[in-house]
Amino acid sequence: MSLDFKPDLGDFFKEETFREDFTFKNSPASIARFPFPFDRDEYMYSVNMEPHVPGRPGSVFEKTFDVDEHYVSEMIDRAKVLAEDPLRCQSLPHMTLAGWDLLELIMDSNARDYPQWFSLHKNGNQWHWINRPLGIDQKFTFLDESTLPYGPMEYITRQTQGDFSLQDERDANLWMDAGMITTQADWSLDFDVGMNFMEWHAPVPLAHEKQIFDRALKFLLKLQNGSPVRRFNWTMTVNPLLDTAPETYPKWGPTKATLTQENLGHKQHLRVELQALFRLPRSNAIAFSIRAYLGKFEELVTMPKWGRRLHRVLRDIHPDIAAYKGFARNQPAMVEWLAKYDDGKPTSPGWWPTPE
Amino acid sequence: MSKTIFPQSIKSRPVYATLEPRPGKAHVVIADGEGADALGDLLDKAPDRAGMLAALHILYTPGPNGTDLWAKVQGFGAAQSYRAPTIPAMLPRLSKVVSEAHMGTQFYLTGTEGLMGQAEREIMMTGLPFDAVQKEHRGSTLRRVQCVHCKGITENVAMDPFACSHCGLNLFVRDHYSRRIAAFQGVNIDAEDPGIVPATVERFK
Repeated sequence: MSLDFKPDLGDFFKEETFREDFTFKNSPASIARFPFPFDRDEYMYSVNMEPHVPGRPGSVFEKTFDVDEHYVSEMIDRAKVLAEDPLRCQSLPHMTLAGWDLLELIMDSNARDYPQWFSLHKNGNQWHWINRPLGIDQKFTFLDESTLPYGPMEYITRQTQGDFSLQDERDANLWMDAGMITTQADWSLDFDVGMNFMEWHAPVPLAHEKQIFDRALKFLLKLQNGSPVRRFNWTMTVNPLLDTAPETYPKWGPTKATLTQENLGHKQHLRVELQALFRLPRSNAIAFSIRAYLGKFEELVTMPKWGRRLHRVLRDIHPDIAAYKGFARNQPAMVEWLAKYDDGKPTSPGWWPTPE
Repeated sequence: MSKTIFPQSIKSRPVYATLEPRPGKAHVVIADGEGADALGDLLDKAPDRAGMLAALHILYTPGPNGTDLWAKVQGFGAAQSYRAPTIPAMLPRLSKVVSEAHMGTQFYLTGTEGLMGQAEREIMMTGLPFDAVQKEHRGSTLRRVQCVHCKGITENVAMDPFACSHCGLNLFVRDHYSRRIAAFQGVNIDAEDPGIVPATVERFK
């Protein structure tokens, strides 16, 4: 396929693949900033939301939207996914204004946070956007769809790492009425688009009984513009495959049966989602960003605390959660592999990789 | 409460009550199979049965289990009674009725989930208010299932797992329901271990 942008990797961005030969890996600097999601030696569902405010410098929390060494290659992968299946990006007709809100949020944030890569010049509604890593230089009229090559949500999310969904608010509920979903942990936008908050979470085990979704929805309905929030989610993925879609499950499902103790450290990835929620100013919709980070087991255990903790979390996890997240069949092999990195010493609280 | 006993299920599954007569300038009943009985109960409850019948348009089709109560439906003597041989054959007329409905028209959907889901989808697309639509499940619990892989819809699924009628993959019926598609989700059951398919069981009747 041909790309409609001209990438310039410079000396920061890496050329790598998330399919076929799977050349993706993390540099040592990227491992050191990996968002390890376990702040203790056990895991259970919780609402676990906190304000999305600038965090520790160099961490994935530092900026509103984290742009890392995988940016250009992830955008090439997204373009390939969309060429193969355009249904991965959908926006119901009433969501265009929310798309413009999202475009503005991302352009404003990235031009402010990464002036070396992104520029935005505004003269009234005449905007000029420059994205240097992707070689894009676009003049357009804000709120005029005819001046962009795609709808506003699709245009900006083809240039932004992570999946995005846009939630309309009505009848005291949130309705997932638009999304760009190509790096998903096995859920289908095409099936879920148009559902409300309870409907799209319906298949999740245990959490309904704990009232987690009722409380989360109440919390989100109060979300204010300018005060975004964030949380972690996680799962497991064999091979650095960003696009684990249900649509293509027959293609990637068989890879779950290929793990051995010899290849597990390289092939098995902890997949962490840094999820952030933003109330949008014009549409009153809520933008949900789901940024996936992949870490190979062999990369994660270079941090001794993470090796110990990951072993304990996976060893003791509730079987329903392992089944829902799709790694029950490989859980014993993962625990066996990780046991070598757990000497039984206590771990410090929190997720930062304390040096030893 | 629903007169159909469903197994304990999920949050995205629609919840069905019983139909209650509501004041309206026009009434539209969309029913299949045993839904004719729910229509009978509805009329029995109507404070002004003759008035309701004079403003009533019935669209009826036999159920997926073969139940055909058309004679009973005709016997109600509504202003308009229509029988379609199948749901797909009913949809063009339904679409016109829905698009021409005025505010104040009451919709009553009754019968199988497939019938109610597809009728509700037509009504949703017009933007009519939700509170003008009531649903009551009667009869078959056969499911309408969309294959998440090829997107084809298989009607009247009884067995789980089953072979997709479009692409042939072995699918299990996930308890995940989309009102927009009016279908449950079917997911390949032997993706990780091709050829290893559990014994099929009759889950829906």
